[in-house]
Amino acid sequence: MEQTAVLKTPIEKKVHIKKRFRKITKARLGSFLWSIIRGVIILGICFIILRPLFMKVSVSFMAEQDLYDSSIKYIAKHFTLNNYIIAINGMNYTKTFIRTLGLSSGVAVLQLMACLLTAYGFARFRFPGKKLLFGSVILMMIIPPQVIMLPLFMHFRFFDIFGIFEAFTGRKANLIDTFWPFFIQAATCTGFKNGLYIYMLRQFFKGMPKELEEAAFVDGSGKLRTFAQVMLPSAVPMMVTIFLFGFVWQWTDSFYSSLYLNNVKIIPNALTSLLYQVANQYETFGGNMNFISPGFSSMINNTGVVLTIIPLIILYIVCQKYFVEGIERSGIVG
Amino acid sequence: MIFFKRHNGKLRLTLRGKEAIAGYLFIIPLLIGLFGLFIPMIVQSIEFSLSNMEVTSSGYTLVAAANNRFEHYIRALTIDPEFNLMLLNSIVKMLMKVPLIIIFSFFAANLLNQKFRGRTIARSIFFFPVLLTSGAILGLEATDLLLNSVNTSGSNTDEMASFLNVARFLLEYTSLPGSIVKFLSDAINGIYDIVISSGVQILIFLAGLQSISPSLYEASDMEGATAWENFWKITFPMISPLILVNSIYTIIDSFTSETNEMMREIKKVIFSDINYGLGSAMAWIYFICIAVILLIVGSIISKRVFYYDER
Repeated sequence: MEQTAVLKTPIEKKVHIKKRFRKITKARLGSFLWSIIRGVIILGICFIILRPLFMKVSVSFMAEQDLYDSSIKYIAKHFTLNNYIIAINGMNYTKTFIRTLGLSSGVAVLQLMACLLTAYGFARFRFPGKKLLFGSVILMMIIPPQVIMLPLFMHFRFFDIFGIFEAFTGRKANLIDTFWPFFIQAATCTGFKNGLYIYMLRQFFKGMPKELEEAAFVDGSGKLRTFAQVMLPSAVPMMVTIFLFGFVWQWTDSFYSSLYLNNVKIIPNALTSLLYQVANQYETFGGNMNFISPGFSSMINNTGVVLTIIPLIILYIVCQKYFVEGIERSGIVG
Repeated sequence: MIFFKRHNGKLRLTLRGKEAIAGYLFIIPLLIGLFGLFIPMIVQSIEFSLSNMEVTSSGYTLVAAANNRFEHYIRALTIDPEFNLMLLNSIVKMLMKVPLIIIFSFFAANLLNQKFRGRTIARSIFFFPVLLTSGAILGLEATDLLLNSVNTSGSNTDEMASFLNVARFLLEYTSLPGSIVKFLSDAINGIYDIVISSGVQILIFLAGLQSISPSLYEASDMEGATAWENFWKITFPMISPLILVNSIYTIIDSFTSETNEMMREIKKVIFSDINYGLGSAMAWIYFICIAVILLIVGSIISKRVFYYDER
């Protein structure tokens, strides 16, 4: 604006406008081209990510003959809900669903609380042995759970705290096929990927300004109260993120659920044994399922996966805003 | 003594002492988990790997291995015909996969960091695999016939032909060595694998990109730097600590994933063959390999990492 005021003569003005116009179009063309290329790349990657999901959904509505029909790619000719009925019966879906919901939310809440406290302790206080203890958090991330799989199983199969159970009941408690192992691990920060959560939360708390807490402290608030009333409200997006991680990874975790639960079915192990269950049910009806065609098994498995994923997608859509925000603010930098 | 001081002849806590105690109180959950669960489990696992175990109705007893304390380790390494091969295989696979994942996630994070319409949706789709392809689902997908035939190009004859053509073109008209062509074609083939296993990495890179202060870019723009220079002189150095973090995370992730054949083998030996000693020994050998690789990779990368504020 100032420049145009300086230019007095009409010819000068014209030349100036022309130059500016050319400049703008060139820059615009470049950014326009780039935005097209970027759009194509992003769409392509989104397609790669989402295609298996679409495939699963579309297969789950097909009848078996549709699988062998080469003219059908995505939309079923013989639209049927039969797969869903079979899979829901095979997984015993409603009961399993409620059980898993309880387990996953319990585990997610417990480990969120434990990790929040621990991470805050690491972020704000100086105490001897801090580096060593934090190093062991990193070690917990690195050591594959398979290494301690067997001792864990043994520990919870013959569970005891200082011989208390043995003194009362005469034998050690058997926690296999209960949810206690999950809850104990979650409450003591030794659960699935808890090292990662502690690390993320610690980075977040470290990035918060100290002045807030100092102000609260001067006003006579205790440390725990400062933590709960000053720090936590601003950590909500981060907490939602960790909760979501905890919930989803527990929901689909097949490692611990196949380790601790043999007869109690929750969604991950119901999913892996779905086909076996379906075959069993057919046999009790007098049918013969000695041979399960690969098409049928794939169809049923995919329907099971869709049934598993649907609640997660709903949760993800609900939490999405917080999730992306929480990730952006986590600042997982060095 | 910075934690205590004498006051009127009595020991009193100093402010530092109070802080230390508060710190310990806050990390109580971890302390219980670490000393009550994690460390005993580790010790027990080592014990298992050094001896034979017999399970009885009231518990289990450990019987010292007959000839040699390291019997199981020796057996896994020298007698078992498959173990060494599998170990080597999973290491080679990992070494091929990690650079690709790092490059892809860095690229994707840069894309997602730019401003465009529908960015939020694109971001949520990119983070999608973090949530939905874990554990049981991934295990099922690996064995699922239908999806396998869909996801890997090559099942379809047309795709196979075009894919071979690209490989042939690269071989004939460029002077790239065959091994690199194979690496590239494997990468293209496994794009789905790479995309779905780089969710967390994209997330970490994105968080890092957003923490770079915009004033750095402003300053360099004033000096007349191009976008290319900005990238190599600002973005890349600032993000380099995260390359280290991500490489380590990726290595751990690919080593401990459900689909890793080593993991399956260990689980099979322990739970199907019921050979606890051998299984634990295998797990420990495997862990040592991971640790060595992590050390090597970590030391190589951390030498080149740039830290903005030298702490």
